[in-house]
Amino acid sequence: MDISFDLLINAIVAGLLLGGFYAAVTAGVSISFGMLDIVNIAHPAFIILGSYIAYFVNINFGIDPIIVSILMLPVFFALGGVVYQVYYLSFERRGQESLRGLAFFFGLLFVTEVTLILVFGVDYRYVEAAYIGPSLHLGVIDLPLRMLVPCISALVLFGVLELFITRTFTGRAIMAVSQDQLALQLMAADPIRIKRIAFGVSIATASIAGALLIIIQPVEPSVGREYIGRVFAICVLGGLGSMPGALIAAVLLGVVESLTATFYGPSWAPAVAFGFLLLTLAFRPSGLLGR
Amino acid sequence: MTALLHVDNITKRFGGFVALDGVELEVAPGERLGLIGPNGSGKSTLVNCICGTLQNESGNVLFNGHAMDGLPAHQRTHRGLARSFQLPRPFHSMSLADNLRIPLLYTVHARSGPLHSPTSLEARCHELLDMVGLSAKAKQMPRDLTQVEMRKLELARAVAAEPKLLIADESMAGLSHSEIEDILALLVRLNERGITIILIEHIMSAVMSFSQRLAVLVSGRKVADGKPQDVVRDPEVVRAYLGQ
Amino acid sequence: MSHVNTTKFTLISIVVAALVLAFAHAMGIDYLFFAGYTILQFIVMATAWNILGGYCGYVNFGSAAFFALGAYSSVALIKFDAEIDELFPEGLAGILHHIFPLPVPVLIVIGAIVSGIVGFGMGYLTLRLRGAFFAIATLAMAVVLQTLIVNWDFVGGSRGAYIIRPENFELGALQVSYIEYLFVLMLSLAVVALVTARTIERSQLGFGFATIRDDELAAEACGVPTLRLKLIATTLSGAFMGMAGAPFPYYIGYLQPQSAFGLEYAVNSIAMPMIGGTTSWVGPLVGAIVLGSAQQYATVTISSAVNLLIVGLMLVGFVIIAPKGLLGLVQDRLRARRSS
Repeated sequence: MDISFDLLINAIVAGLLLGGFYAAVTAGVSISFGMLDIVNIAHPAFIILGSYIAYFVNINFGIDPIIVSILMLPVFFALGGVVYQVYYLSFERRGQESLRGLAFFFGLLFVTEVTLILVFGVDYRYVEAAYIGPSLHLGVIDLPLRMLVPCISALVLFGVLELFITRTFTGRAIMAVSQDQLALQLMAADPIRIKRIAFGVSIATASIAGALLIIIQPVEPSVGREYIGRVFAICVLGGLGSMPGALIAAVLLGVVESLTATFYGPSWAPAVAFGFLLLTLAFRPSGLLGR
Repeated sequence: MTALLHVDNITKRFGGFVALDGVELEVAPGERLGLIGPNGSGKSTLVNCICGTLQNESGNVLFNGHAMDGLPAHQRTHRGLARSFQLPRPFHSMSLADNLRIPLLYTVHARSGPLHSPTSLEARCHELLDMVGLSAKAKQMPRDLTQVEMRKLELARAVAAEPKLLIADESMAGLSHSEIEDILALLVRLNERGITIILIEHIMSAVMSFSQRLAVLVSGRKVADGKPQDVVRDPEVVRAYLGQ
Repeated sequence: MSHVNTTKFTLISIVVAALVLAFAHAMGIDYLFFAGYTILQFIVMATAWNILGGYCGYVNFGSAAFFALGAYSSVALIKFDAEIDELFPEGLAGILHHIFPLPVPVLIVIGAIVSGIVGFGMGYLTLRLRGAFFAIATLAMAVVLQTLIVNWDFVGGSRGAYIIRPENFELGALQVSYIEYLFVLMLSLAVVALVTARTIERSQLGFGFATIRDDELAAEACGVPTLRLKLIATTLSGAFMGMAGAPFPYYIGYLQPQSAFGLEYAVNSIAMPMIGGTTSWVGPLVGAIVLGSAQQYATVTISSAVNLLIVGLMLVGFVIIAPKGLLGLVQDRLRARRSS
């Protein structure tokens, strides 16, 4: 196989851009799984929901998808709060979160996917925006804007989240709750409320991630399932609860996937993430930077 | 006489937090060792590392001359190491009698080979429940028990495994004076039958009367180890408990 | 009911199965065999899932993968049969032609072995970790396997594979329609699965499984070899799912990875035991019959997408409101009546 340098370098660059986007997708799960210990496998469903909302408003009103997702932030935040409340009352409080909690989120994932099929059908949907189409050219490197813009937005989102977690009172309360719930209670903060806020933030990120997703690629309801493995692979590989770790893992995954797609064909790409996940779980479950 | 249990310089970390720092401990066969220390000093972590529920990062655990490192908890139990949990962990979908049947089936039978008949199993369960005063509740479920009764069940379940070394982790919390006396008498009887016992407790009167030797753990380090009356007068121990 | 020993139960099940068969045969409507096959398949899948999920408490989201492995093992062997003359010299080909095409019961056994081995392997990689990681790993594995199959042209890849179903099944003087033959096979498989589940439930093994579900750390402390038991559960569960999948190519005629690995298998394998009740063999049976029949009805009257939506909503609803399933509701009502 004649590996041209151009192809290689572009594959790597595409992978880096993709990785940046994966980081945004994973940021939410980093909070819900890494910090709150909630295995929300329905997270990709919320992302796809975000994609479809962005699509719908974009097609009917012409508003830029990223703007739509920002406008939808409070809705998704509230939705996350409701979902957490149900989860807490039904499972966490009774200490049965393992089996039933998983089944609950799986059910949510499934119901969301099927509802989207019923409403929108199984055709691929895509959005229209000024930056979908043109590319920047730096010498031999192509930077398609439809990947560059989401990547930059994703990094911004990531940065905002990191600041929120480390600099604000609520953010630090979330970190505290992930480490020692009892201590937090003794400091007269309500851990359940904190967790509800955290989960709400987690789902809110899905709104943005969804808009970014549909900018990068056309979306149909079952696309969410491909992302379950990616998201958890990144979380585990990066070390649970470590946002910088998640970023590194996301970029790594993006690059490997891109190289695989370029040299072996795109149909192998989904397997990469899952392969990563299985290998990590088997050999280094605490991740690259895990605690 | 070689030690039955030799905890050789074990260290255990949780992320950045050092729970055990180079702890060294020996227990002779047939001995009654008391282990005390303030809350959070690492006593339960030590038990977890000895019994295999957690794996220590460095150091060794030697039991009966064999290295325990890397062995899963169930194999350590098979070799004669049993423990009760500080917060009781009964099997909540089974009756009390069935809770005791588990160690009988999976440890005692695994060890001794020929299977006992169902009736002798039944009898042994009742014998064990009787030992802690719970035989009337044999068919009840753990959720119907009081906290105190659950602790007794914990102890009975650990004894059911017919251990050489029994670690009783705060079995007496919340018990009345006479109940404490009963449990102590039980532990002494078990000891007289040859079971080595490590008693982890906060109730000083019980620890003092029971222990032949006393070890003190503070912030993951062993700070004292010797005769009970000497240890309680050790200034470092006093400082740990009463502050400066 | 609880004093019926295994032999008696096996005999009773065989009698019930024979009655079911006699009824279906007397009706003679092919549609009954098709619909019945689907429900029996669900019984096997639900029972298999429950061995690991209900008894041990470890959730498997990749049921579809084990099912598909069984199906695709069959496809590979069927395709192999078609290629014998091209691949082998005449003499050897002649010998092979006597063995191939393999009868469906043999395909079932092979499906069991393939899926069982994969179940074991996956369990070995991930069961030392928490249940949540195992669950995610099963999802991961399903996608990896689907990707592998999609890229394997020998079994048709993403284009799918056509499997020709023979008109009839003949054994000596006996001749029945092929679908009736498949129905009988799946019926037998269902009986085997139910008897196995019940036997496990009452044995020391089942006892050990329950401790893993209740409190794995305490189980270890009591001397229960939890990893070994979990591996047994995963292997058995996977094997039965593979067995359920093995005859599927003949049943469906045209097999595409999307349908074999479809989410309906994953969700139904979970929903049926959870709605029926996870603590005993009766739950998956009840769940499979109730949900399976409802879905058959809904697919015909409404659409298959709405039918799946209903399954999903029921799963979420039951998990929140009635965590012990239908069986649990009945048991609670009986217990309340007994004490009043």
